[in-house]
Amino acid sequence: MVDFNITTVLMPEVVIASMSMILLAIGLLVPYGSRKSMMPLTAFTLIGVLSYTLYDFFYGPKATFLDGMYMHDQFAVYFKLLFLAAALLVVLSSGDYVQKLAEHRYKFYSLLLSATLGMMLMAGAGELITMYVGLELMTISFYILVAYLANDARSSEAGIKYLVLGGASSAILLYGISLIYGLTGSTELFVIASKLGGNLTPASFLATVFLLAGLGFKISLVPFHLWAPDIYEGAPTPVTAFLAIASKAAAFAVLIRVYLLTMNSQAFSITGETLLIVLAVSTMILGNLIAIPQTNIKRLLAYSSIAQAGYLMVGIIAGSLAGIKGVLFYAMIYVFANMGAFAVATHVAERQDSDQIKDFAGLWRRSPVAAVVMTASLLSLAGIPPLAGFAGKFYLFTAVMDQGFIAIAIIGFVMSMVSVYYYLSVVKVMFLAEGEGLPDIPVHGAMKFTMVFTMLITLVIGLYPTPLAQMAFAAAESLFK
Amino acid sequence: MSALPTVSSLSMLLPFTLLAPLVAMLLIVFLPKEETKTIKLVAAMGMFVSLALSIYAFFAYNIEQGGMQFTLTIPWIPDLGVNLALGVDGLSLPMLLLTNLIGFSSIYASWNMDKRVKEYFILLLILIAGVMGTFIARDLFIFFLFYEIVVIPIYIMVIIWGSSKRVTKEYAGMKLTIYLLIGSAFLLVGMIALYLAAAAGGNPTFMFEELAARQDLYSPAFQKVAFALMIIGFGSLISMFPFHSWSPDGYAGAPTAVSMIHAGVLKKIGGYGLIRLGIYVLPVGASFWAPYIATLAVISVLYAAFIALVQKDMKYVVGYSSVSHMGYVIIAIAALNPTAVTGAVAMMFAHGVMAALFFAMIGFIYEKTHTRNISELGGLAHQVPRLATGFVIAGMASLGLPGTVNFVAEFTIFIAAIKVLPVHTVLGIAGIIFTAVYILRIIANVMFGPRRSEWDHLTDIRGPELVPLVLLAFVIFLGGMFPNILMGLIDSGVNSSGLAEVLETVSQAKIGGLF
Repeated sequence: MVDFNITTVLMPEVVIASMSMILLAIGLLVPYGSRKSMMPLTAFTLIGVLSYTLYDFFYGPKATFLDGMYMHDQFAVYFKLLFLAAALLVVLSSGDYVQKLAEHRYKFYSLLLSATLGMMLMAGAGELITMYVGLELMTISFYILVAYLANDARSSEAGIKYLVLGGASSAILLYGISLIYGLTGSTELFVIASKLGGNLTPASFLATVFLLAGLGFKISLVPFHLWAPDIYEGAPTPVTAFLAIASKAAAFAVLIRVYLLTMNSQAFSITGETLLIVLAVSTMILGNLIAIPQTNIKRLLAYSSIAQAGYLMVGIIAGSLAGIKGVLFYAMIYVFANMGAFAVATHVAERQDSDQIKDFAGLWRRSPVAAVVMTASLLSLAGIPPLAGFAGKFYLFTAVMDQGFIAIAIIGFVMSMVSVYYYLSVVKVMFLAEGEGLPDIPVHGAMKFTMVFTMLITLVIGLYPTPLAQMAFAAAESLFK
Repeated sequence: MSALPTVSSLSMLLPFTLLAPLVAMLLIVFLPKEETKTIKLVAAMGMFVSLALSIYAFFAYNIEQGGMQFTLTIPWIPDLGVNLALGVDGLSLPMLLLTNLIGFSSIYASWNMDKRVKEYFILLLILIAGVMGTFIARDLFIFFLFYEIVVIPIYIMVIIWGSSKRVTKEYAGMKLTIYLLIGSAFLLVGMIALYLAAAAGGNPTFMFEELAARQDLYSPAFQKVAFALMIIGFGSLISMFPFHSWSPDGYAGAPTAVSMIHAGVLKKIGGYGLIRLGIYVLPVGASFWAPYIATLAVISVLYAAFIALVQKDMKYVVGYSSVSHMGYVIIAIAALNPTAVTGAVAMMFAHGVMAALFFAMIGFIYEKTHTRNISELGGLAHQVPRLATGFVIAGMASLGLPGTVNFVAEFTIFIAAIKVLPVHTVLGIAGIIFTAVYILRIIANVMFGPRRSEWDHLTDIRGPELVPLVLLAFVIFLGGMFPNILMGLIDSGVNSSGLAEVLETVSQAKIGGLF
């Protein structure tokens, strides 16, 4: 490897960590009335780090260091790009919403950044303890963020629920890790893979199940999904967006690395693959079917994101270069499609104080931009061309069919067409109903930018997916080296 | 494959044809929504350019040379092997012309639209461009992309501008959308399976020609499975029994222009796809399924015709009649015989023009009388003679009267198919009798009979409203009197593409297997 400086390699993490502290300090030092600059400060930090990371992806040095504890390959950098983009979009779309929160709002951005840092650590982790530390950093930040509306009973309830269930899932994950450590005497993924070899013992079976269950909780795979709708509904909408998009992607980053490096060794492969297939199929089917009767936009998006996780799992099942590339591609466009939908939901929640789908009535007349963005985002999630979701699903399902899993592809495509039903029911409310008595809620400023930007990305990638596909390919390739 | 676009003569003709409605759409986006007159004019201008270009293409196409012409190929998604490949041959050029004829007419059929005019024409133009794209694509991926693009605008148009009669427009719109999307999910799986099989030797591609050229990579078992998946997709699109039930409800709920385009061209994508993809690429699969498909097609013809006999709503009559007529197209495709395929394409063209004219006339009647119930209407020919003329022309074309292009198409199908599928064809021909009964029944009950004073206030169609009537009726008679203009082109498409040889080898293989 070319010589490199550990600080240049870790610069994004360092900047995010220090910025998180600085924001906290500013919040304590600057008097309450004059803290207007928190949001721009966070946004510009993220833009800076994002640009550096983008440069880093293509030209920066790549290295594995601290004896394989931390990896700085294109795969990790790709996911960091994804988290930073998601964090930036959340910050941009949350300005007005956070403005209305209590005086503690400065902690919001600080916590958002620390959650982002946790995700970045997860993406780079080359061994299980580092991964776990990153995961906990992210999760604990989210415990606070979810319960951020201190005066809102639903938000507090969601916070407690997330805390209890998250704690339980962490315990399961840790138990899995400890079993692996007991079996192999190591927590490093490469060592685990070589030590485990081909023996399928009850202990290794249990370890696989526990690891998958712990990560499956974060990804909200069926049957570990039950927390998601309640917590998504109770949490502040921007937090829900971040939780649904970035935390899920972070867990995917870990899952991919762990699965490919360790589970794909013979001992784990049979158990792992069977489990993944069962989880993915039930997630795709149940996530989509339960989404149909939802009347709350956040619950609808929660179930839709459960279903989306099922599609992403399909790429991991394929386990091939093309499959991982599909996962990476889809995860990125999922950020933009979901962010568009959540930005509109945030906007409506903030202006009308409601998350009910029926309160989107006549949005076409009351806020044309929001209605069009919502439609485009939902249709991209549904996988309707020419939006990016179609290209993403195409990559995923082509990869899995190439490995001979035709039934999964049929289930996936049919379920994604079923999903059109509930996505369109939102579109129908926005376009068909007149929405009499509801206020005009035009979008402005950073919110409008977020909405239009996400929609443009979704459309452009859908029409010309090549650049992103090449990036995803490079990232996936770095994992297979 | 070279990285540079391959260029042939007049390679920009098709992109311009495709872009004209999209440019008009963009112009409309920036027009204020009060300027309804300007919006309509811009839409009509965009479609006029497209129509003029496709008429030019129709006559500039070199029949002696045959094959794909006006081609343009740009590598699009290299890692998947997708090319933005456009081109037309004798099979797709009539469909392109049909799309533009109907698209242009549908703008004029919506001339009296006064509700959310701007959004209406934006969606309508996207819809037309999407349909056009499917017919000029030479790449399966692009073909599918364009097809799926049209589904959502149709849904929005049905729920906003549709009409609730027997079923609500929300129900009709959702039924139509879900049926077509579920069908397309199967199609997509079949398409990916085909793509992966073709890429087995490396060099992935979606190009129709390439896929067809890699015959030896598809085992017979694979062809049967892949064709079965495609028949679900294309079969629901062409409303083949038992996947047909979206069609009458959907047409009845949709606004006039959508019914015209949907019945006129959109469902022809199913037939076109079956020919282009089913027969050319998967001939063994096609010949395996052909008898079953033919049986389903005969059921479509007869069953839909019976149901049409008892309908009270005019749109349902035409809706079921289109299911019934598509049965002939499927019989012709199942006959697997070059002449029959020529007839199938001609039938799709003929039915498209006729159905569009029919729906346009019903649309005008509904607009003026606010009812489509046959029993509430009567004697309209007294008050609206021009409308009645169009209605009768559409009806006569529908029952295949000699002199109309529909007669030519049906006749070709029957001659060619009777040798291969005698029983099916004879049963199919019997369907004509029922067609005559239900068509003559609505013509007699709606247009003729004693004058009814309650309709005395109606004004006849005039000005822009006459455009669909004049244009489509002209095409019906021109094709009927000088069939060679159309049939010559289709014939060259079928012959130059080597369909005859493909079918020859398949039928020999089949005989070898049977005896």
